[in-house]
Amino acid sequence: MKLTVWTYEGPPHVGAMRVATAMEGLHYVLHAPQGDTYADLLFTMIERRKKRPPVTYTTFQARDLGGDTAELFKSAAREVHERFDPQAIIVGASCTAELIQDDPAGLAKALGLPIPVIPLELPSYLRKENWGAAETFYQIVRGLCGPFAPPPGTRRPAPDPERRPTCNLLGPTALGFRHRDDIQEITHLLGMMGVDINVVAPYGATPTDITRLGEADFNVVMYPETASVAANWLKRTFHQPMTTVVPIGVNATRDFIGEVAQITGLDPEPVLNGEPSRFNWYSRSIDSTYLTGKRVFVFGDATHAIAAARVAATEFGFKVVGLGTYAREFARDVREAAKRYDVEPLITDDYLEVEAKIEEAAPELVLGTQMERHIAKRLGIGCAVISAPVHVQDFPARYSPQMGFEGANVLFDTWVHPLTMGLEEHLLTMFREDFEFHGDAAPSHLGKGGARVEPSEPATGDAGTQTAEAAVLEPAETAAAIPEPEAATGPAEWTPEALQELKKIPFFVRGKAQRNTERYAAEMGLTRITLETLYDAKAHYAR
Amino acid sequence: MTVDLAPRPAPTQGCADTPVLKERGQREVFCGLTGIIWLHRKIQDAFFLIVGSRTCAHLMQSAAGVMIFAEPRFGTAVMEERDLAGLADANEELDRVVARLLERRPDIRQLFLVGSCPSEVIKLDLAKAASRLNRQYFPQVQVLNYSGSGIETTFTQGEDACLAAIVPTLPAETADAPKSLMVVGSLPDVVEDQFARLFADLGIGPVSFFPARRSTDVPAVGPNTHFLLAQPFLSETGRLLEDRAARRVPAPFPFGAEGTTAWLKAAADLFGVSGDRFDRVTDAPHRRARKAVQHYRDRLAGKRVFFFPDSQLEVPLARFLNREVGMRLAEVGSPYLHRQHLAEELAWLPEGTRLSEGQHVDRQLDRCREDQPDLVVCGLGLANPLEVEGLTTKWSIELVFTPVHGYEQAGDLAELFARPVLRKQRLEV
Repeated sequence: MKLTVWTYEGPPHVGAMRVATAMEGLHYVLHAPQGDTYADLLFTMIERRKKRPPVTYTTFQARDLGGDTAELFKSAAREVHERFDPQAIIVGASCTAELIQDDPAGLAKALGLPIPVIPLELPSYLRKENWGAAETFYQIVRGLCGPFAPPPGTRRPAPDPERRPTCNLLGPTALGFRHRDDIQEITHLLGMMGVDINVVAPYGATPTDITRLGEADFNVVMYPETASVAANWLKRTFHQPMTTVVPIGVNATRDFIGEVAQITGLDPEPVLNGEPSRFNWYSRSIDSTYLTGKRVFVFGDATHAIAAARVAATEFGFKVVGLGTYAREFARDVREAAKRYDVEPLITDDYLEVEAKIEEAAPELVLGTQMERHIAKRLGIGCAVISAPVHVQDFPARYSPQMGFEGANVLFDTWVHPLTMGLEEHLLTMFREDFEFHGDAAPSHLGKGGARVEPSEPATGDAGTQTAEAAVLEPAETAAAIPEPEAATGPAEWTPEALQELKKIPFFVRGKAQRNTERYAAEMGLTRITLETLYDAKAHYAR
Repeated sequence: MTVDLAPRPAPTQGCADTPVLKERGQREVFCGLTGIIWLHRKIQDAFFLIVGSRTCAHLMQSAAGVMIFAEPRFGTAVMEERDLAGLADANEELDRVVARLLERRPDIRQLFLVGSCPSEVIKLDLAKAASRLNRQYFPQVQVLNYSGSGIETTFTQGEDACLAAIVPTLPAETADAPKSLMVVGSLPDVVEDQFARLFADLGIGPVSFFPARRSTDVPAVGPNTHFLLAQPFLSETGRLLEDRAARRVPAPFPFGAEGTTAWLKAAADLFGVSGDRFDRVTDAPHRRARKAVQHYRDRLAGKRVFFFPDSQLEVPLARFLNREVGMRLAEVGSPYLHRQHLAEELAWLPEGTRLSEGQHVDRQLDRCREDQPDLVVCGLGLANPLEVEGLTTKWSIELVFTPVHGYEQAGDLAELFARPVLRKQRLEV
């Protein structure tokens, strides 16, 4: 038993729902009690889906438990077939139904419906959402493509050189982080190279489309969390090669193009030489100098976390001070990546542990999920969201991919916005003694009668602009998060001179300076914080 | 603006004997665990520990909106594979989780162990667990239990189950206790304070509110206690209060000017408040409420509303919309109709209103599409898809999370229904 306040992943049947809801012409008959329908609102509200998820819940009640819950399941499945006329049905149990062991697979089979019925075994007390999505996608692919598999031992016929190569895009689901736009971006990128898309799955695919997966020349694994099990099976069964690079960031996109070129024999140079991203120049532009060595903490699903760490370190010039994931299935990959940045990998789904590690690492930017956005907000640190679990804000109206060259442009904008801009940083230093420029000054455009200070206003130089995707310091909370220096806080006592000096530090970094100094004093066993201590601590924490 | 203050006659029969369409099938409603979201805000020193699965934790997170509070006073002890292997083990695990929790949160005075679908199915005895834990933690912490499972409770029934768990622990009133009034059902603090002032002005007292804001501040109960339900979903709580010799004051529910006046009048009559005094106290706020509602009546009168079942507030709200806002009722669906507690409300509904109880969501959607109402009151899972079909919807959950009771909120209540209609008229995209 584990005490859980907030979770990164739902139960595995929610993963199955993400697959079913992404598809067309498929229905999910879920043996579940009343209340499990809450999951519908994730799709209709967070993702603003225009249709109800194609899920029918059997809705058994306590009084049915002694009686015939199996009959409830059968009548629900029969009714689904009559009412929705799906091309195929997936059947399974939620956590409660798993305990009553009604065997939805056997019951559905006994109904003899004239369409494919794919049973799911998703152990709710052992596994989680992403695992459930991967397993569901695999079972659907296997169930629907299996009959079209070439006999074992047959070789894949050589592709027709007259025809453009084709591939499947595997992995995008409903409720995915920017999956909608990534599909468009990767389709465009592959099109420029001369590759056509055979099927995108599960997003937008029908069961009939799934039966055609084997016709493609190769598979693009967009999101290993959901696609790698199915892609590996397709590789074994249809001898389809698969990509291994997730094209997030400029360099990963170039690597991906190289990998596709290798699989297809196409020439990557025309696309690579086109300089299709602004990222490279924006990052080299001298105003970006201030980004150098900014401390970033990265946490998310494995795919996005590993990719973000690479982009942060090699394309932004940040320093990765933390890297972690909640996806235990991919812990090995994250551990491997963490070695490259010389950080301790953090593999946990305990939100409080992540919070403690972030606080300890004292980053200037957090790249995380909606959970880390809240943590960062509370700690007064800038944050950009890079991964599911998602929030309504993660479905922007505009085109906003993470993958490919346009995705790199999006990363540049969204990761830089929460930070204090380069030139502003100099101005802040220059004017920090100015009487008009202090923590309590009202924004200049409000005039003399201006209201209390709003830290995110330009006059105070904090570039915490509110954007939908870049979770940033919210004025009120920032103000609350930064304590005024108090002699009484912490075990060590501040001398009046040191306190005076502390007040000269711009208010938005003052809290951090105070914390660092007090921590330093504690570590050194000092009881008094003098001017010396303050600057010793500054030197100690200097990067 | 003229405000019509004349009392409206009740329909001769109302819906007292109207047959109810009883439905069985998929229900698009929350389970009782969801009540924790407002209960933990109301009882400010209580912690709600769900003993359940990852699904329960995910539900709470999704229903509450991701992470409103850093460390809320609710959480889920998520059962894992090894807990299901043997029950003795599950109990030890629970004790361990509780010990760690109470150590971390010394401010907690009341701990609810909340049963879920999986804990009910494996028959984990939380009553026994609560009494075991009480031996260890009482009186520092009082440990209670109830079930908010979806197999037993629908949405607001979770509050009923929670309050029902508290009732047996309420102190008994003394033999010479004066006649007292207990308002039952959690209300936002601001509404509670308004009602407290009205009762004081009417000279009614002593008045207590249940649940109380602090678990240590609970009212006494006994034969001189008369309770007035503020919420229509408290059937079990009402029954248990009656078991403790308290008497229910029959009344409609305090929604809208008319409902609030009738609700207060029921209490006033019981306490022998003179008609003059009653009018003096209630006239101004009643007039204010009427005026506030009138503003929206102009926009909503004559329009047809369709209620999907959600919180059991449907019948009183339909009555309010029909009698005070002038809307017509296409269907009034409720998860459960408590005939006795709703008697006054049902009598106020127009004869022949289509009432449904329970749900078969697909069939109900068929009826809704057939009816093409001007406004559909439904849950979040249905709202956007219905908007896509051209219908106008109001999220029912907002009716539970927003202060809507009493005179001063009558206008707000009408506004909640008017907003989607107004918005649709305003948008040109």
